[in-house]
Amino acid sequence: MALDVETVRLLAPALAMGLGAIGPGIGIGLIGLGALQAIGRNPEATNKIQTAMILMTAFAEAVAIYALVIALLVRFV
Amino acid sequence: MADVHISLAAEPLTTIASLTVTNAMVTGLVGSLVVLIIFFLASRALSVSPKSRLSQVIESITELLQGMTEDILHSPAKVVSLLPLLLTFFAFILINNWLGLIPGVGSIYVETVHGKVPLFRAATADLNTTLALALISVGMTQYWAIKELGVVKHLKKYVSLNPIMLFVGFLELVSEVSRVISFTFRLFGNIFAGEVLLVVMTYLVPLLLPVPFYFLEVFVGLIQALVFTLLTLVFIGVATSEHEQAPAAEPA
Repeated sequence: MALDVETVRLLAPALAMGLGAIGPGIGIGLIGLGALQAIGRNPEATNKIQTAMILMTAFAEAVAIYALVIALLVRFV
Repeated sequence: MADVHISLAAEPLTTIASLTVTNAMVTGLVGSLVVLIIFFLASRALSVSPKSRLSQVIESITELLQGMTEDILHSPAKVVSLLPLLLTFFAFILINNWLGLIPGVGSIYVETVHGKVPLFRAATADLNTTLALALISVGMTQYWAIKELGVVKHLKKYVSLNPIMLFVGFLELVSEVSRVISFTFRLFGNIFAGEVLLVVMTYLVPLLLPVPFYFLEVFVGLIQALVFTLLTLVFIGVATSEHEQAPAAEPA
């Protein structure tokens, strides 16, 4: 299998996005886990916990978006 | 894919007096007009009762934001001065995100000197718009911090004589820059990727398959507007607070 520029050009965006989504995926899952456990323990604080969860999910998701931007750059620029 | 037209940069439409007008600019202008009209109409009916339904909707959204702002800032005076900025961010980003989903945006093509380009494109799917929003957000954070703490006290966060605090100050400076980048790419990535997703789904199975993805994009547009506003709020809250505290979540 010849690993020339054209092949790599096809593989690069896919690998960038795929591998780059592993970390944030696990991260967002962990955030959700913590949030749900906290809500289960203290249903009265649901609103506060929800707001904090959305905020932190945005941070974790941003990392996945960075990977997406690299993938888009490699594909289209 | 031969037929699918995906462009990372907003395509230029025409040139007016040496200013290149892109399709994202046009849609951004339309979005701004929509926001202005909605809020003008909603504010007009405030004093009469019963209020129009539009006023009630805008009022409830404002009250929700006000509640969140008070929760995070703990100071009614600060809330009054910050709410216009936050509400504007929320409304502008939300309307512009959702404008990208309206049929015709991205699918109506015009003939220009550069070829066939879409006439409309979601403004927040253009890196220029999101970069401007990010710069305004971080700039206003600095402004409110200086207004609240004074120039000297605010600059002491970044430069100090103690070598450890000097290093921490340098990291704070770097994190400010990274905030601009993070704001920009978070909003741009979400909305542009949503557009690409819809285009690809419509290209693959034009009938019925794109519908759940449209729902997803409506939801994502709302969440991204909310996240931008909340993050600005949290960073202003941290910047205007007196005591030294590390932010609860380190900026990515």
